[in-house]
Amino acid sequence: MTAPTPDSDLRRAPLFIGGARTVLRFGFVTAMTFLGLLAITFFIGRVVPIDPVVAVVGDRASQAVYDATFIEMGLDRPLVQQFAIYVRDVITGDFGMSLSTGRPVMDDLIRFFPATFEMATFGILIGVLLGVPMGVVAAANAGSWLDQIIRVLGLLGYAVPAFWMGLVALAVFYAGLGWTAGPGRIDIFYDGLVPTVTGLLTVDAIIAGDWVVLKSALSHLVLPSAILGFFSLAYIARMTRSFMLDQLQQEFVTTARVKGASEWAVIWKHAFYPIRVHLITVIGLSYAVLLEGSVMVEIVFSWPGIGNYLTTALLSADMNAVLGATILIGSVFIIINRTSDILYHIFDPRSR
Amino acid sequence: MTSLKLWLTADAPASLWQAQAGQVYAISRSFARNPLAMLGAIIVGVLVLVAIFAPWLAPYSPTGQNLTMRLMPPSGENWLGTDELGRDILSRIIHGSRITLLIVVMVAVISAPLGLMIGAIAGYFGGWTDRILMAVTDVFLSLPKLIMALAFVAALGAGLQNAIIAIAVTAWPAYARIARAETLTFRNSEFIAAVQLQGASHMRVIGLHVLPLCISSTIIRVTLDMAGIILTAAGLGFLGLGAQPPLPEWGAMISRGRSFILDQWWVATMPGLAIIIISLGFCFLGDGLRDVLDPRQRDGR
Repeated sequence: MTAPTPDSDLRRAPLFIGGARTVLRFGFVTAMTFLGLLAITFFIGRVVPIDPVVAVVGDRASQAVYDATFIEMGLDRPLVQQFAIYVRDVITGDFGMSLSTGRPVMDDLIRFFPATFEMATFGILIGVLLGVPMGVVAAANAGSWLDQIIRVLGLLGYAVPAFWMGLVALAVFYAGLGWTAGPGRIDIFYDGLVPTVTGLLTVDAIIAGDWVVLKSALSHLVLPSAILGFFSLAYIARMTRSFMLDQLQQEFVTTARVKGASEWAVIWKHAFYPIRVHLITVIGLSYAVLLEGSVMVEIVFSWPGIGNYLTTALLSADMNAVLGATILIGSVFIIINRTSDILYHIFDPRSR
Repeated sequence: MTSLKLWLTADAPASLWQAQAGQVYAISRSFARNPLAMLGAIIVGVLVLVAIFAPWLAPYSPTGQNLTMRLMPPSGENWLGTDELGRDILSRIIHGSRITLLIVVMVAVISAPLGLMIGAIAGYFGGWTDRILMAVTDVFLSLPKLIMALAFVAALGAGLQNAIIAIAVTAWPAYARIARAETLTFRNSEFIAAVQLQGASHMRVIGLHVLPLCISSTIIRVTLDMAGIILTAAGLGFLGLGAQPPLPEWGAMISRGRSFILDQWWVATMPGLAIIIISLGFCFLGDGLRDVLDPRQRDGR
């Protein structure tokens, strides 16, 4: 999150010039961050391993294969030139071949990403729909037992390991109570019944009009996304509470009360209205964090997404796949953060 | 009321030593009035004591296998049950506290000074030094931490030491941001100028006069980050990338208990509860420290 420069407020440039300047600055910062991400993955892939060729071909490869790979990876060139080639490859979507699946890493990522996206999006919906009202209620009743419960729930979000919660939830709600489906995205006998259009099973099922598949997919989706939702809920509720506490102390809130507005109107119309803008940033950040947290949850639920792909690659030392997945998650992370920054600038008149 | 209390709470302390003692007294008084903070301090204190005295506290050996006692439920003999090799889970959790403590201390010792130095140098010198250092910091800050740690461990190889390095590499940027912000608030104040006029070198000013003032806010932030560090370390252990068997690392213990979660729930549940209690303890302690040491940033994070 970049702080607005102090002189940009004083200059009072016409809106459209300020807009163009802002767009340029955002573009520059985003590009630099992306370049930084690539520098780190380049560093991890080429500099950290003692012998990057062995990291790719394995230590049983023959000398001829080793030499060919050495030249192919461009390791005989200077490091700066290697990095330039690396950036060009990544921008054109060439992440190399995956050792474990035998396909280009890019194809794998496109195949696995929708599952992660679907789970994370349901998670953030749960987090926002429950977290924002909980934060507002906690602030409006600050100090009450309701507030204490919501605060402790919020702290638990920082203290509970996501993979542990997934295991316990599976044991309780799937094995114990039988309320939800088990691991995986869909029951095995429904697999592949609906044609893949978007890659999001729920959306594909609706497009195909197949309600049985939709029901099975939802029943598999509810547990992992509820767990992700809990972690974003914890953060969103905590931040909403602290924003609301700030607002409720402002003089305009007292004025509204004095003028006889109902408590409901004071809280939801007067105090909540100004914090929408801050919430955009909070929600954006927690969506990005949640996408990252989905890695651990995917493993527990055998969810065929990027997280599972990444960890399978990790355990088989498939560096191209590891770095490809890292770049993908990192880029989405950057894009979400930038988008919420831009929305903040659009909706908050003071930052223009 | 004793004269000691009067001496500690004096409005006009007669010596530096009296003023400092009075400050410590006032801080611990307001800390003791916060029940959650005290609870956090107790939990963290117990963790430290358990880690130090683990061999004396644990009823059984953490690695001693007893195949006739496989997967026994919690009982008077094995309070938290046994795992798939007949090892006592309570003893393993007690010994595992050493690994957890080692990880959080090492990550703090590596990343906090690193972040402090970078932030203080950026804030003190300003200009291009500041811009370049903060650009690097922002790049690290805007990347997903867990994923970066995973990628680092993938390149370095699995193991406790590499897990610590990987977490530390992703943890420092937050401290750099804090140290820079603190440094900027007193960068142009008179006591800094006075030290400079006395001919102190830049390094001396930063080391002896700038850094000490950044320490209290960094301690707060480090304490609040501890829960996250514990969770990341447990996550790496769960994936088999952290401490290797037979070390009783809590995340790795959960991972082994995963196959038995439906019938022998205690194998995976117990280490998870240990993680939750310790993480909550650090959260409470950090919140309490922030309220006492830095009332400005109450409620935000």
